[in-house]
Amino acid sequence: MINLKVNGKNYSLKVAPDTPLLYVLRNNLQLNGPKYGCGIERCGSCMVLLDGVAMPSCKRPCNSLENVSITTLEGLGQNKQPDPVQEAFITEQAAQCGYCINGMIIASKALLQENPNPTDKEIRLALQRVLCRCGSHNRVIRAVRQASLRLRTQL
Amino acid sequence: MNRKDFIAKTGQLIIGFHLFPLFYCTSGKGTTKSINSNRIDAWLRLNDQGKVTLLTGKMELGQGIRIALKQIAAEELDVELNRIEIIIADTELTPDERYTAGSASIENSGMSIRQASAEARYQLTKMASERLHRPMESLTVRDGLVLDPSQPQKAISYWELLKGENIQGEITGSAPVKNPKDYRLIGKDIPRDDIQAMVTGTPYYIQDLRFPAMLHARIIRPPVYDAELVSFPEKELAKIAEVKKIIRNGNFLAVVAEEEYQAIRAWEYLRSFTKWKSKPLPSQSTLFEDMARVNGDRKVVEARGEIDKSTLSQIEAVYTRPYHMHGSIGPSCALAKWDSNSLTIWTHSQGVYPLRKSLSDLLDLPEASIHVIGVAGSGCYGHNGADDVAADVALISLALPGKTVRLQWMREDEHLWEPYGSAMRIHLRAGLQDGKISYLESDLWSDTHSVRPGGDASLLLAARYIHPKRSIERTGVSGGAYRNAVPLYSIADLKVTAHAYQGPLRTSALRSLGAYANIFALESFIDELALTVQQDPAAFRLKHLSDSRAVAVIKAVCDKVQWDKRTERQGIGFGLAFAQYKNQAAYFAVVAEVAVDHVNKTFKVIKLTGAIDAGQTINSDGLKNQTEGGMIQSASWTLFEEVKYSEQGIQSDTWEKYPIMRFSDVPKTEVIIIDRPDERPVGAGEAAQGPTSAAIANALCAANNMRLRNLPLMANKEPWNHYPSEG
Repeated sequence: MINLKVNGKNYSLKVAPDTPLLYVLRNNLQLNGPKYGCGIERCGSCMVLLDGVAMPSCKRPCNSLENVSITTLEGLGQNKQPDPVQEAFITEQAAQCGYCINGMIIASKALLQENPNPTDKEIRLALQRVLCRCGSHNRVIRAVRQASLRLRTQL
Repeated sequence: MNRKDFIAKTGQLIIGFHLFPLFYCTSGKGTTKSINSNRIDAWLRLNDQGKVTLLTGKMELGQGIRIALKQIAAEELDVELNRIEIIIADTELTPDERYTAGSASIENSGMSIRQASAEARYQLTKMASERLHRPMESLTVRDGLVLDPSQPQKAISYWELLKGENIQGEITGSAPVKNPKDYRLIGKDIPRDDIQAMVTGTPYYIQDLRFPAMLHARIIRPPVYDAELVSFPEKELAKIAEVKKIIRNGNFLAVVAEEEYQAIRAWEYLRSFTKWKSKPLPSQSTLFEDMARVNGDRKVVEARGEIDKSTLSQIEAVYTRPYHMHGSIGPSCALAKWDSNSLTIWTHSQGVYPLRKSLSDLLDLPEASIHVIGVAGSGCYGHNGADDVAADVALISLALPGKTVRLQWMREDEHLWEPYGSAMRIHLRAGLQDGKISYLESDLWSDTHSVRPGGDASLLLAARYIHPKRSIERTGVSGGAYRNAVPLYSIADLKVTAHAYQGPLRTSALRSLGAYANIFALESFIDELALTVQQDPAAFRLKHLSDSRAVAVIKAVCDKVQWDKRTERQGIGFGLAFAQYKNQAAYFAVVAEVAVDHVNKTFKVIKLTGAIDAGQTINSDGLKNQTEGGMIQSASWTLFEEVKYSEQGIQSDTWEKYPIMRFSDVPKTEVIIIDRPDERPVGAGEAAQGPTSAAIANALCAANNMRLRNLPLMANKEPWNHYPSEG
């Protein structure tokens, strides 16, 4: 049995201990936020927050994460009540196909937690590991700027 | 199909369909009862609850087609947008619209929906006129309520009129469509309503489809295209309890497991120990020489006037484009279920009907027993692995009756096996007289840009590996090869010849097909010609253009960047390029700003400013989004991308070996829309691909007097040696 804490809930799961976290999240917990993209941590589609740090989930075996707090896109906000970062992506229409959006939002969330008022250069750097093929990059940057404003004015 | 059938087939799918496509994804027996696209009810249905359901044969590929089609229908029907649901590509529900390709969804589906909606509004108003005893001319519609404004108590809604029955009748084309000056929704930047699902992880993509007791499959592929399976560790694998099934059919090898990661582990194991006898690929180093030597099928695409070179000095240049990938971020995925006599396929293919036909051919099953359901996938930008993965999983499912099988390609499957955008070589010659182009002669070489499986199974990857294997007959010049090879410029004497080249790599439709390379070549060459006669590249272009809409986009973008006032600051250059996509769709002009770093012998694209005229704008933000994305994607192709291969096979198997643009290199973008409400709307998704490439090359030349003609530009290290560091 593998014990995982995902989006604030504890789960005991019967999975092979070396199963990468991504497959456990998607197939055992039916979470759709993290996506399979490359399987070798090079595209960012599968990003999750591990103790608040944005990390790919496609290689990390789940048995190495038993004492880690795991947050997925679903853990940020629900369809009815998106969190400010998700809200900013909606307002800025920062997607085309949207397959990369999970990685973009997770990386942005981690960035804004550490650096509430990032420069454009810092935003680009934080998102560097997340690939987008539709060319929505500038909208994503705008969404992060807007999320930063939303979060700071909330405080 | 009558309403009862429709409800029976779709169940509660109508409700919230667009956000929750998974509700409707129940398998069912197929049918070939064709949907008559001349009928109003092929495109739209009104229920008795105040909802409108649109049916489109086009797929959502990330281009935002749903919102644009909803706007068109809501506008003509005079109902609020939130009343409208939409069903995309499904062989049992939607009209057969072939492929979602060529930026044609607005032109095809959009205009059909506009006509069907106008017809519906007309018929409903007529019905209301009879019920209310008021003349039709006195009636108006407010959110589906037909009323006489002078007697507002006289009113009846669409839903009361129909009581859930379908609107009967054909689309005559004679129902009046709205005058653009009365538009309240068309042209507005109405937000897409599917982004909320994307940002919250709500099931949306085909990759998110799950069924109880679903099995997972993976395919074991040879090192090169042409290979024979010699042996695989069958006995050892059989000992691994977690492997549910190994499927071998000729050279097609697949593994199936209950858990996805088990399938991946078995795939890794098989990949390491399976032996293949393979034929090497040719070397990449001679690609363009080989192309130039081709002496086979050719087609004179355009010839006018007599090219007389005798009195003029000729300018010539050769441009090349390597093989490019579609590079979807999410590898292709499909699900299949075989129920002894019917097959259900869930796919993100761009053409559900053509796929059904091809699967029927591949599996030797009647089309009537195959139901193909479209579900949104990762952006595809053309013909990627979507159809192939559907064929793969269909083959696998036949060995596992009653089970739903899911197959998502591994990253390397997508990188190595998708059909690439063809490499091309373009040789241009021109003469100049009195500061104008007197003739232009062009020869281009290209492999095919379209081998979509439109009913022929041999075009599906798996067909070449099963026994007996199917092979492809390729002949003639592919239509996509010479897309935009004929310039829009007024040039008296012109000859364009396309040569068929059968290259070593699998190719098919990639966003804009041959237009990307043809425009790169032509618009770089126009720049070279302008510089030869020492004319401003913008003025030189305008001198050769008579089409006022072409002139307008060039002027708009030049005004925006203050082209005439641009200063040639040290190391900064501006480049312009223009094209009308397919010479009949959207007009697009773009200026690239490039900064050269002499110390590191490199350069960076700082900004791309584009002006687009796609006729009547349907959704202004959607148009901007597509155009911005097109510019960035084209910049990525232009600067960085090249499929690498050697005798051992294709080498670009990861994002590291096929780098695409990341945030650090993304230029700023700005898009100006020239809206023309009285023109017909045309697709815009591919307009930016070609011009952006040439604008970058032209800007680099302006910045550093350095003309790069071989894509990708960043790989051209050699020319920097001619330009000593100036610090």
